Amino acid sequence: MKRIGLKRAPLAIYAVLAYLFLHLPLAILSAFSFNASRFTIWQGFSLHWYRAAFQDQQLTQAAWNSLIIAVFATAVSTVIGTLCAYGFWKRSSPVLAGSLYLSLVTPEIVSGISLLAFFQWVFRFLRVHLGMHTVILAHVSFSIAYVVIVVMARLRTVDGQLEEAALDLGANEWQAFRYVTLPAILPGVIAAALLAFTVSFDDYVITSMVAGVDSETLPMVIYAIARRGVNPVVNAISALIFVAFGALILVSERLREK
Amino acid sequence: MPQVLELDQVSKDYPAHRAVNGVSLNVGRGEFFSLLGPSGCGKTTTLRMVAGFEDPTTGQIRLNGAGIEHLKPYQRNVSTVFQNYALFPHLTVQQNVEFGLRRRAENHIGQRVRQVLELVQLTGKESRYPAQLSGGERQRVALARSLVLEPDVLLLDEPLSALDPNLRKQVRAELKNIQRQTGITFLFVTHDQEEALSLSDRLGVMNGGELQQVGTPQDLYLRPRTHFVASFLGLVNWIDGVGVRPEATRVTKQPAQAGARSLPARVVQSIFLGNCVHVEARMDAGQTVVAEVSRLGESFSEGEAVDVWWQPGDELTFE
Amino acid sequence: MKRLRAWFLAPTWAVMLCLFVAPLCIILAYSLLTRGTWGGISRPWSIESYQRLADPIYLGILWRSFWIAGAATILCLLLGFPLALFISRSGKRKNLYLSLVILPFWTSFLVRTYAWMFLLRDTGLINTVLQKLGLIHDPLPLLYNDGAVILGLVYGYLPFMVLPLYAALERLDRNLLEAAADLGAKPWVALTRVVIPLSAPGIRAGTILVFIPCLGAYLTPDLLGGGKTVMIGNLIQNQFTTARDWPFGSAVSLTLMAIVLVLLLAFVRREEGGLV
Repeated sequence: MKRIGLKRAPLAIYAVLAYLFLHLPLAILSAFSFNASRFTIWQGFSLHWYRAAFQDQQLTQAAWNSLIIAVFATAVSTVIGTLCAYGFWKRSSPVLAGSLYLSLVTPEIVSGISLLAFFQWVFRFLRVHLGMHTVILAHVSFSIAYVVIVVMARLRTVDGQLEEAALDLGANEWQAFRYVTLPAILPGVIAAALLAFTVSFDDYVITSMVAGVDSETLPMVIYAIARRGVNPVVNAISALIFVAFGALILVSERLREK
Repeated sequence: MPQVLELDQVSKDYPAHRAVNGVSLNVGRGEFFSLLGPSGCGKTTTLRMVAGFEDPTTGQIRLNGAGIEHLKPYQRNVSTVFQNYALFPHLTVQQNVEFGLRRRAENHIGQRVRQVLELVQLTGKESRYPAQLSGGERQRVALARSLVLEPDVLLLDEPLSALDPNLRKQVRAELKNIQRQTGITFLFVTHDQEEALSLSDRLGVMNGGELQQVGTPQDLYLRPRTHFVASFLGLVNWIDGVGVRPEATRVTKQPAQAGARSLPARVVQSIFLGNCVHVEARMDAGQTVVAEVSRLGESFSEGEAVDVWWQPGDELTFE
Repeated sequence: MKRLRAWFLAPTWAVMLCLFVAPLCIILAYSLLTRGTWGGISRPWSIESYQRLADPIYLGILWRSFWIAGAATILCLLLGFPLALFISRSGKRKNLYLSLVILPFWTSFLVRTYAWMFLLRDTGLINTVLQKLGLIHDPLPLLYNDGAVILGLVYGYLPFMVLPLYAALERLDRNLLEAAADLGAKPWVALTRVVIPLSAPGIRAGTILVFIPCLGAYLTPDLLGGGKTVMIGNLIQNQFTTARDWPFGSAVSLTLMAIVLVLLLAFVRREEGGLV
């Protein structure tokens, strides 16, 4: 097809620059995680900072906490979110959809402080404190919307008549979901889970407000270090996170296309 | 003939309109029964009520004498072949066909699947996925999937409309064959009158939610009770309040046969259809009629003066 | 069937009511109370917290937040449109180019904000390189100012602009461009008179998707703005930690929520779809 419109070349050059803008900062960050010195002058290749990261007690404990929180929050929000999306697919509920949408656009700081206020108020009646469980609950509350979006998108590609056919052939409603719809949306559900996982693992703002003393997460530690200034250990952790998340998201995107 | 399916004054109301209005019909065991009508006439809604996907607003549906209108689809011994086949894309042909049997946890699943696949001529394609099959093959899988359950009534929702036109006649014949072989009662929904006439033991014509007439194909074609039924089943020449089919309408340059009704006209055009010729002629009063003549007979040219005539016995009268 | 559907939605209802609606109700209540002697809340009920927002200092922060968010949004639009245009014309490689935009976005917001700290600070990469090249003597104060915050926000939310723009451009009927060319329009004219107006829904969606998070940003101004109370988000956080003035913090939060809702209602049209 003959190309109509602006010439390709300037647009392509611009695109290259734009992609450089998007990717260079992270690439440079990762590159300097291998810098032997802590200064911004390259002084040789070294894995020193990676070793420091893995040996730091606070860091590894925080990473572990983040992992536990993310796993639980992901499990709960994926199940609840998938059921919700399935319910929406059968018939929409504007009020619930609206509140999910609202939870997405609510500024994180507002979510964080409101959850803090809520937990504090509840704790007057129960003898509980802020801790891992409050973080998990908070993460579930903001992850559900993401899961619903991804699974809904997948459900839209499923022919509604397939469940009718299943019922017609003798399956009850649960069997129709389990044997016909669930297999069709499973890639979407897994993609949603991976998304929820990265969102949970990476969260700083809400987590910092509702975490307890013993439930420090990796982003909280990174933030504290970054606040004090640049530390190559953060470069190392950042590079690791970048690679890990990148891989998870690539898998997630593949699954969504399947 | 014992009645396997009875609809008793079945109606379906939606907020905006009444889709089905007081439909009553009986289908006998082993019958090939068609519901024929234009889109929106309510035939598919009626079918879905029998299947259990819609609840009738009023009326009763009886299967073998027992009322089923309150039962879920999976509690009724009827099975549906959907217009778009609704094959499960993540299952093979084998798994699709045995789906219903597995839900019932029946015995001899392998053997029964083999037999039904032989019946629809799909042996050898068991491990293919629907995406790897042609449209005609998919239709046969859908058919097999429902047949293997040996339902009291097999419901078919315009199963041939998604096929290529040249394939339809062949599949039509196969379908009729399968119905005769298995003896299962078919309730067939279509908007194609040729399909309905050629396949059915009996058929019902619907329009605007109402069942206008039920009968054998000959009954309906030769003795339609309403104008709509007459026009829907084939072409009709309406002349002075009387209807005559084109194949019963003659045009000649010579005078008409004795006893026939005849009117003068002028030829408008002669349309060659392959196996026959349709001659359009305009009468003095202004209406145009179409006469079907053999291509082996006289030929007519535009403007020629002719006589249009027919036997009174071929007239369609309405009580 | 309806009963079954209720079971599917019940857990989400529970979570939304307990962990979204209830917390908001609580801070609504807080916003109408007074600061306690040692922080926290106490009676009497009053609207004093809301009245305090009229103070020039706070209005200044509000204004600053708007202009930073606005600048970031406009930059995202200017930078993102050509990129979206490029992707929509790249034929077979569309998905690849899209992934390249999405990928950085999903890999830790914190990390990406830190990356700019690394680049912009006095001893950061940019200053070091410029000094080494002899272009400057003293380091440029690139970090800890509004400009750095805007840069950080643009970097963080550019994909949010590119994706809806791309979606709108994708839906554009190629025939319209051919018709325009056929009628004698030069490429630039076709762009401004046909493409841009028809991608208005995408522009609207992208603007909202960028402006709202930027308005309520906390992390970026905190790390890149240098710890001063740069934007509303920082102000709110401050009230709940250092200042321990929960009523005021709640009032500011709800005001921010109200602004967000007004913007949404003004911008989002029903036909452009939503969550479901």
